[in-house]
Amino acid sequence: MENTPRVFALVDCNNFYVSCERVFNPKLADKPVVVLSNNDGCAVARSNEVKALGVKMGTPWFQMQPLARQHGIIALSSNYTLYADMSQRVMTILRDFSPEVEVYSIDESFLGLQGLSRLWPTYTDLGQAIRHRVGQWTGLPVCVGIAPTKTLAKLANHLAKTRPEFAGVCDLTVLKEGQLAGYLACLEVGEVWGVGRRIAARLQALGIGSVQALRATPPHVIREHFGVVMERTVRELRGISCLDLEEVAPPKQQIIASRSFGAPVISQEELREAVSRYMQTAAEKLRQQGSVCSAVQVFIHTNPFKTHDRQYSTGVVVPLTQATDDSRRLVAAALWGLARIYRPGYCYKKAGVMLLDLAPASVRQASLFSQVNPRTAHLMRVLDELNAAHGRNTIHLASSGIQQRWAARFDHRTPRYTTRWDELPRVHA
Amino acid sequence: MISSLLPPDALTLLQEAAPAAAIPAPWTIRFFRQPIPAGFPSPAADYAEEGLDLNAYLIARKSSTFLFTVVGDSMKHAGILDGDKVAVDRAIEPRHGHIVIAVVNQEYTIKRLYRRAGVIELRPENPAFPAIRFAGLDELHIWGVVTGVVRRFAV
Repeated sequence: MENTPRVFALVDCNNFYVSCERVFNPKLADKPVVVLSNNDGCAVARSNEVKALGVKMGTPWFQMQPLARQHGIIALSSNYTLYADMSQRVMTILRDFSPEVEVYSIDESFLGLQGLSRLWPTYTDLGQAIRHRVGQWTGLPVCVGIAPTKTLAKLANHLAKTRPEFAGVCDLTVLKEGQLAGYLACLEVGEVWGVGRRIAARLQALGIGSVQALRATPPHVIREHFGVVMERTVRELRGISCLDLEEVAPPKQQIIASRSFGAPVISQEELREAVSRYMQTAAEKLRQQGSVCSAVQVFIHTNPFKTHDRQYSTGVVVPLTQATDDSRRLVAAALWGLARIYRPGYCYKKAGVMLLDLAPASVRQASLFSQVNPRTAHLMRVLDELNAAHGRNTIHLASSGIQQRWAARFDHRTPRYTTRWDELPRVHA
Repeated sequence: MISSLLPPDALTLLQEAAPAAAIPAPWTIRFFRQPIPAGFPSPAADYAEEGLDLNAYLIARKSSTFLFTVVGDSMKHAGILDGDKVAVDRAIEPRHGHIVIAVVNQEYTIKRLYRRAGVIELRPENPAFPAIRFAGLDELHIWGVVTGVVRRFAV
């Protein structure tokens, strides 16, 4: 068994957020639809009709107004509650197909397939069964890429999505070398997993423009120019598996909570409320993963799209005397930092906090001047339990304010169809 | 065969319950959970059961089951009233006699699927409403099969 070569599948939902919305609203079928980021800012998901109009990922909504009017683009606010529930359903279905599943993002999972080959005539049949099952059970279209390495499985998925001849499932393990090279020669090097825009530009300067060209470059040459991580990528492109499945996600090394404001914020009082709110969200995540942190960063900035406004963008790191997961201490540190960087006279658009220097709570070291108070841990647990049972922000520190005028706007948010009794989809009888 | 008309009960299951999958149960009623006095084994301990789980009763497959709120009276003689919640399982292959959710004029509608002798119809269960006829199967877009209905009384 250990001699069986690795085979990976990457299962990726097509236009995931838009597809989720379409499951519950038949009026969205075949129409150009975009899902916008918080506060209805930028496109974070586009239907194929919108992609065909040339709208790029991240385009601000106000910039696509002329196109939207001309073609009737429907804009929806992001409904992360719905997307998370649908994602959960897809991942559960995938676990029926393979015992090895790595949830890579909200809409992508890697599956380990070796050992399953005896159960299916071909891997393509397995891929089609996954597509059919996920499509029927959830209404979400998915594509499947199959290959001997994760990096190649990502590219196979891209081919499955873009090349109709694969009918949504592309198995690179059955392609002949000439065919594979042909397909990879048509893909730009920037399509490779882990090759960002900057590295792609440097590769192009070296005359390496296509995925096939990168694959044909000797790994040691790549290592000299780009280091061992890129060398590993080239090995993966050559079919040598270097990256294994990570079935249990490692605890995050940093936690970020930030939002754009629904309305511009000028006063320090309102910024304090927002920063306090975000810090409480971040602290809850910190406790969920059983970590403590030793430093927090606060940042604020104005709206860079409003070029006529005066611009200000800054952040500060506040070290803590003792690692903690106590919301009260974390909020106090963040507000102390905010007071240091706040300047009056600007229209602030966004604020956020980042928890840095995370460590497992079990190994926290007491500092000279303070001790870990068991009552604190108990209080935080009660806080988290109440908020879990009765909804986010049921109990919060008074510093995050009551009115929260700055809170995010969701002008076009669709109902939380699968998680709220009063927002279920309606069916006419 | 189309099942006979059912009275609008508080909780009517329109399909035979499929085998219960292992679903975490937020609502369970536990039997025989009294404290056991030290020294004497409880005679009830051997009879302890996991309790009744309404989720498992209504929902065979959590990943493929969705809830809808019913608006309208066209299914009232099937025991589905305005305001009821229905469980809909997309994993079930729709057959003649199933109550289904279908897409008609870009809206979801709940009706009984009739498919006999080349006739394909969505039939209401209320004489005040007409059946909807389809020329072919590809015209009919079925979203899922209704597996149960839930109603709560205002008390």
